[in-house]
Amino acid sequence: MKNLMLIAYLDLKESLRAKWFLIYSLVFGGLIALFFIAGITESQVMGFSGLSRLLLMYIQVTIVILPIFILITTVRSISGDRDNHTLEYMLSFPISLSQYYWGKISGRFITVFLPVFLAMVAAILYGAIKGAEIPWSIFLLYVGLLFAMTSSFLGIAFLISSIVRSSEMALGIAFFIWIFLLAFIDIALISIMMQNRVNDGVIISIALANPMEIFRVAAISLFDPELTVMGPVAFYILDAMSQLTFVIFSILYPTLLGLLFAILGYNVFRKKDLV
Amino acid sequence: MIEIKNLTKKFGKAISLNNVSVSFNKNDHIALMGANGAGKTTLIRSILGYYHANSGQVLINGLDPIKNRIDVLKDISFVPQLPPPISLNLDDLLGYIEKSSGVKREDIFYYTKEMELDLQGNLNKSFFKLSGGMKQKLLIAISLAKRSGVMIYDEPTANLDPKARDNFYRLLKQNGDEKVMLFVTHRLDEVKDLVNRQIYMDLGEIVSDEKI
Repeated sequence: MKNLMLIAYLDLKESLRAKWFLIYSLVFGGLIALFFIAGITESQVMGFSGLSRLLLMYIQVTIVILPIFILITTVRSISGDRDNHTLEYMLSFPISLSQYYWGKISGRFITVFLPVFLAMVAAILYGAIKGAEIPWSIFLLYVGLLFAMTSSFLGIAFLISSIVRSSEMALGIAFFIWIFLLAFIDIALISIMMQNRVNDGVIISIALANPMEIFRVAAISLFDPELTVMGPVAFYILDAMSQLTFVIFSILYPTLLGLLFAILGYNVFRKKDLV
Repeated sequence: MIEIKNLTKKFGKAISLNNVSVSFNKNDHIALMGANGAGKTTLIRSILGYYHANSGQVLINGLDPIKNRIDVLKDISFVPQLPPPISLNLDDLLGYIEKSSGVKREDIFYYTKEMELDLQGNLNKSFFKLSGGMKQKLLIAISLAKRSGVMIYDEPTANLDPKARDNFYRLLKQNGDEKVMLFVTHRLDEVKDLVNRQIYMDLGEIVSDEKI
């Protein structure tokens, strides 16, 4: 445990010094600032207003950029260290492979989760100072969703990083996965639906398997589930499932999925040649 | 101390180690030589527990380096041929070594001083920002401060100037008793004063093993 914390601490410290972390934090912090400057809290579109609207906009942008940020910055965590022989040296000290692997994941989780979370906290604080009503239910849901989304993509990234030997290849695969999952947010699903070639149940199953789609649907599930706002697949899911069930599912499933991928990654890391 | 029995390691169809059997005991100071691709690095990495062998066995003090990696690595010091671009600063790197291996910081400081490296003045610098020679000096100092029974050096003097080489040889002579010291090298003359055994490898096999 002591060594796991040590690895997590060192990974965290290393990340905080890295340029990518600065950009990462600026992007999410900047988004919130931009939304305030743009007066989004004062506008009202389709029933959303104030901080609720700001958080909704934030989360919708996050759906697209958070996964790719996590994948790109994390996927080289092990494969990059292996590539440049850092792993060879660092693992010549008596650290168990599980301490190294789970320590890296823990450190990286804090690094990627904290800026997106703190950006939301900053929005809430600024809104409170401005006298806006704080939408606590939305805030808590989004914290849970961000946690789940971070878990799932971190797990995917570590699995890729363990399997692939070169960091270039790992990056390519990460980018492909992101595009693939992004495509299956409504756009591709609608086109498949319209062609009537595939059973609706299959399409819904595909949607429910995609952590990005679940994140998207859950993010708007607290609002009025109207077809025009949500798209057909989200509408279908929320029509078939109670809101509470879906919210619980949307947090549990991606978290467990991430954990499953991380465990798979660990088994690969443990059983394959280390360098 | 190190027992390697019928070790075979393949990468795809290429055989890197072909049924290698060799043992290293206390006070064996070995020059491990051979052309590129002879299997020297694979042998070292197998000792360190990095590779899963296709067949055969590696035992360090009777322990499998994969199954008992922590116990085995407590007693091994390793300096790679090229210092890796570790992004940690020196203070954090020393912290990692102190906490993971129980190495005393003052011992590392002692050996860096012996290697004529100013560690205190560079503690906040990232390891990868040091010059090649400084990195190598620090890794050597760490390897000595760890006081392991097995010391493995892969072309350790590649980045060192003549003065630093002399310091390195002097420190090894002072610290080599009751230890296994394994030097991967292409030039025997560089380590001839340190070694008492030379092993030649070729195409994944040990082709000669002589006491000097």
